[in-house]
Amino acid sequence: MTLIGAERLVKTYRTGEVEVLAVRGVDFSIESKSFVVFVGPSGSGKTTLLNMIGCLDHPTSGKLTVADTEVGKLDRRAAAEFRGAHIGFVFQDFNLIPVLTVYENIEYPLIMVQNWPEKKRRAQVVRLLEAVGMSAQAKKRPDQISGGQKQRVAVARALATNAQLVLADEPTANLDHDTAYRIIELMKKMRDEFGTTFVFSTHDPKIMGEAEVIFTLEDGQIRKPAGKTVEKAEALHA
Amino acid sequence: MLNVLKIAVRNLARFGRRTLLTSSLITLGIAGVLLFVAVSGSFKTIMIGQFTDAMLGHLQVHRKGYVASIDSLPLNLNMPVAMVGKVEQVLGKMDAVEAYAERIKLGAMFSNFTETTSIRVSGIDPDREIATTPLLPGRLIGEKRAGPLLKPGEVLIPELIARGMKVKAGDTVVLVATNRDGSVNGKTFSVAGVLQSVSGPSGKDGYITLEDARSLLRMKDPEVSEIAIRLKNPAQLDAVYAQLSKELQATAGASADGGKQPAEGKGAGSGGLEVHTWADLSPFSSIVKMIDLLAVFIKIMMVSIVLIAVMNVMVMAVYERIREIGTISAIGTPPRRILSLFLTEGLLLGLGGAALGTAISLAAIYALNIWKVSIHFGMQQDAIRLSPSVSATDVATIVAMVVVMALLASLQPAWKASRMDPVTALGHV
Repeated sequence: MTLIGAERLVKTYRTGEVEVLAVRGVDFSIESKSFVVFVGPSGSGKTTLLNMIGCLDHPTSGKLTVADTEVGKLDRRAAAEFRGAHIGFVFQDFNLIPVLTVYENIEYPLIMVQNWPEKKRRAQVVRLLEAVGMSAQAKKRPDQISGGQKQRVAVARALATNAQLVLADEPTANLDHDTAYRIIELMKKMRDEFGTTFVFSTHDPKIMGEAEVIFTLEDGQIRKPAGKTVEKAEALHA
Repeated sequence: MLNVLKIAVRNLARFGRRTLLTSSLITLGIAGVLLFVAVSGSFKTIMIGQFTDAMLGHLQVHRKGYVASIDSLPLNLNMPVAMVGKVEQVLGKMDAVEAYAERIKLGAMFSNFTETTSIRVSGIDPDREIATTPLLPGRLIGEKRAGPLLKPGEVLIPELIARGMKVKAGDTVVLVATNRDGSVNGKTFSVAGVLQSVSGPSGKDGYITLEDARSLLRMKDPEVSEIAIRLKNPAQLDAVYAQLSKELQATAGASADGGKQPAEGKGAGSGGLEVHTWADLSPFSSIVKMIDLLAVFIKIMMVSIVLIAVMNVMVMAVYERIREIGTISAIGTPPRRILSLFLTEGLLLGLGGAALGTAISLAAIYALNIWKVSIHFGMQQDAIRLSPSVSATDVATIVAMVVVMALLASLQPAWKASRMDPVTALGHV
């Protein structure tokens, strides 16, 4: 089942008098429960594409559908609601809330976004803490845990609302290789356990090898990449 | 909401030093204002008490036009017997009135047989005068004699004349007055005592009995220059003033008193009569107004301090947490909840400062009452002991002002945070 579909997706930015074409009419589709990576050099449009899928940014033209919703047409409030209901985010810098404990960081979207009752909330957070192996650190603040642990918490937070889709922009960029590998493994495990679709971006060729679907971006366009299930992307280009 | 509160508290604690500084500023502001209100209020109450209880009474009734010419103490504007009777009738029915005293005011020449000076004299019924202005006996300087304050043939003289004319209690003096027909009459009096001066009209008056005043002026009818009134509860001043003015007007209307037109507005009664509050008659009312104005300016300054302090902190809080705002916005936190989070932080700053400021000011007021702080004012010989207090209404008003200002000051930064574009915010360095 297709979770994300993009048709002739274009994104342009205007910087003063200069118009920058960040995404140049890409077409792709991503199946539900898949483990997908966007790779490409800096400025290739990976982040822009993830921002549009995550309803953080609007396409300039083209059609982008996520979970049967044309997200390009959502206004600010509707986009926030949609993100809260369907999408989880993992950031390169972890972006945990420093005043909250590990437990509370995972609980945060359940309180502030979805308003779950206390009992249900606790069960979900405990389950996620166990799943990401952070139960022992539940009471610690972000500044008391390592980078890898922070990213585990970030993954748990992204999954807290039972999101269908988790978007991770360079989730391993600030981690050493071993830790990065373990985070990718964790994300894959979470995909298997929770049935969540993971879409992430990376520079790291070893990390990209862990993905099941690879899209290579160059100058805002999907290029013919090497490996795995790239045929899907090619098929859409045809 | 409880969770928003919890996160807001932690955010404030995260920037502990800044929160403490801002709260301290609010605390100092609110403590300063409450202390000023308490001390100036106490000073005001005591001074008003001095004027009303030692001299003026809370209200006075005069014949229309008398107060406008009060400097010359016009005998032709005394209230005739019938008019006095009507006023007494009205006052007798008013529960709020504790006592009233009739007075005849006159200007006279005061002689100690070697020198002569002018003097203003009030003819009084001593018992009724004490009931109306109970602090009058307290104005006597030196040893207090036993028995009545004033007997027929005696005069109480103001301190300034006693000192200038070198007259003391027990001396014999002569008062010479001109009556309304222009005839002059003199009478010897024994000085019963010397009175401490009080600022304002009649603060330097001498006192004789009503009978002596009428005799000195060769009055055929028992006319009265003014009727001073003491209220059971001074807080009811405005209400009693309005009621008395209305009742006197009704009485005058019913009896069609000589066709005199009722006057309008403050300081005016009806049917040829005027009612004045102590504030209309005393120059201290201007000082009271200045104190009140000063309190308003101090409140404005405090509000400005709160506004600037909270706005500064909240602007900084938003600026420093742009990435965090981007994160919570990205994960789907509704803009209104981001708004409420920052508003709660501002509100807590205001509430914390207000609570601490109120506690400190109440403790300081309590300490001032224990230490019995006294001040000297004007020509008062005895120091006035301040007993500062602050009403619950004052505290509530000032705390409410601070809290509202803290909320208003947080509104712009909070609004900015809630409207922040998540992509821009996440990219902020």
